[in-house]
Amino acid sequence: MSRENILHRVRTALGRSAGQPAAEPPPPRIVVPVVEIEARIASMRTRVEALAGKTMRAPSPEAACALVAAELDGRTAVASNAPFLAECGIAALPGVQSGITDREELRQACAVADVGITSADYALADTGTLVMIASPAEARLVSLLPPAHIAVVPSGRILTGLDELFAVVPQPAEVTSSMVLITGPSRTADIEQFLVRGVHGPGAIAVVIVG
Amino acid sequence: MSVEFDRKIHETLTDANLQLAIYGSTARLKQGRIDTVGALPDYQELRTQANAVKKHAIENLDYYLEEFERNVEARGGKVVYCKDGTEVSDFVLGLAKEKDARLIVKSKSMTTEEVDLNERLEHHGLESVETDLGEYILQLAHEKPYHIVAPALHKTRYDVADIFTENLHVPRETVIEKQTALARSVLREKFLAADIGISGANFLVADSGAVVIIENEGNARLTTSAPKVHIAVAGIEKVIPRAQDLAVFLKLLARSATGQLLSVYTSFLAGPRRPGEVDGPDEFYVVLLDNGRTKLLPDRSKRQSLYCIRCGACLNTCPVYRKIGGHSFPWVYSGPIGAILTPQFMGVSHEPGLPFASSLCGACGEVCPVKIDIPKILLELRSDVKKSETREKQNRLEKLAFRAFAWLMTHPMLYELAGRVAASMAPSADGRWINRVPPLMNLPPVKAWLSQRDLPPPPSRSFRELWRLR
Repeated sequence: MSRENILHRVRTALGRSAGQPAAEPPPPRIVVPVVEIEARIASMRTRVEALAGKTMRAPSPEAACALVAAELDGRTAVASNAPFLAECGIAALPGVQSGITDREELRQACAVADVGITSADYALADTGTLVMIASPAEARLVSLLPPAHIAVVPSGRILTGLDELFAVVPQPAEVTSSMVLITGPSRTADIEQFLVRGVHGPGAIAVVIVG
Repeated sequence: MSVEFDRKIHETLTDANLQLAIYGSTARLKQGRIDTVGALPDYQELRTQANAVKKHAIENLDYYLEEFERNVEARGGKVVYCKDGTEVSDFVLGLAKEKDARLIVKSKSMTTEEVDLNERLEHHGLESVETDLGEYILQLAHEKPYHIVAPALHKTRYDVADIFTENLHVPRETVIEKQTALARSVLREKFLAADIGISGANFLVADSGAVVIIENEGNARLTTSAPKVHIAVAGIEKVIPRAQDLAVFLKLLARSATGQLLSVYTSFLAGPRRPGEVDGPDEFYVVLLDNGRTKLLPDRSKRQSLYCIRCGACLNTCPVYRKIGGHSFPWVYSGPIGAILTPQFMGVSHEPGLPFASSLCGACGEVCPVKIDIPKILLELRSDVKKSETREKQNRLEKLAFRAFAWLMTHPMLYELAGRVAASMAPSADGRWINRVPPLMNLPPVKAWLSQRDLPPPPSRSFRELWRLR
């Protein structure tokens, strides 16, 4: 069997024996800077916009709902089951489908919707990244299949960057089967290094920061 | 150097459009790296840490593979060890049969290119579709990737128009946005109909049992979340100890590869979907491939070749890659990293000229985010090639020539005489370089050597003569 064979070859080459513990690994390098909230929000907005994304700031959940309604401008949308979207009233907007718990139904809905609306578990200020942790509240396809993505994020969820994310969530596998970092709209430069947005995922991304 | 290697290099050097394409693309990628890496104040510390983590992971590889395996299985996934491409395709074919699967979507993976997985699956009647735009174009054109991160770097929009028209039976379209939209709509159908998704993996995280996949288009996300079965195929060297190590590697990878702060999508995938999760695969498999990797482990110096995170920075900065391009290289890995991986995976006699296709300028080692000492390994491989050639006694003539040269060099009077004779016979020099040599001197193997080099004319007085007159 190849498993035993390969592990045996590895051990022989390294001079190790079966069941031997690993040497002490180098300590992880996690350096979390201290950045106050307004600076984090400003950095998040700058980075998202540098990637041709759109950002908006809403002082309250009601204001966020109004901004999303204006952004939708009559387009159809699928909203994730995130409690925050319901709290904002976004899940109940006209033309917005929400509360889907069946995989097939969600696929069909996302395949035809103009926009996918999600919240985000975290955002990373220094790269303009959304952190999507899959759960019953957040399905994977909502931020992926429709041609546009709107993310509604409470400002307190904006972390400084990757180091803080892995300090806050050191073991993502304990909470989810899928953690996806989204940094800007889907893009490709495979033909003549010419940048095209929206190749397989959404070509447009809008981030509404609440609070 | 093999005839084939020589021929491909000449084909590339004499193709002006191709030269322009390679030069332009690598220049953009190279500049992107310089700009973003330069803005990282702790870049060198990050490289040092990345190197230390990779070194530790490789030196304790069996431990981390087993930890990875335990954690994948604890989350409901399954790990399959394969020694070569036949075992990988046998596993996929068996699973496809069990699931009654016909259509497979694939996201970009250099590891599956190594073992020609698509060809093997198609040979058995399965449809296996590449979904990364560049890879899709190459699959239609039946070509191998030209570059580790920019696979279709050598194709122009007009080439793509021809490929799409011929294979998809659509009207000719040369606008890049429209070509991309066309690929999107064709591939969207495939994603929604596919039974199995096959991805590669940038990292295997031992403490999590997770695979990490990095991309810009979204095709890897679709491949790993739309079909009911996800298979990730990865080399055994991809394992890192902890999820927290990603904070270092993610900062280095996209910057080194394309000059982005982060690639658009980084997926951290740990097992099949969990109870309550609306979507995601029901089954999750990780294929751990050897395919020659264990051959690299015994050598304490050369084993660092396995630290590679496939960013492609060494290709973009290499003066040789930037002239001879990706398809001159004899295997799927090109550029400096290809020049050290190929001889170790395939054996030094596979293409003995490969470790010599380098100016040893050191740029590849300078830009490597995990600090692989590529120039040193190239030298070690040159030595290996020479040793194996000596064993084969293929260089008797060369040895004789060098012995005669050494003898001449240790006899100053004869050396001076030879210099004067050469100067008196000097062929006509037009300006700064000799452009014609006497026919007798222009015979193989000297002819091949001269055809690549400019020679200055000999001076009227040698240095030794001038020294005596001083």
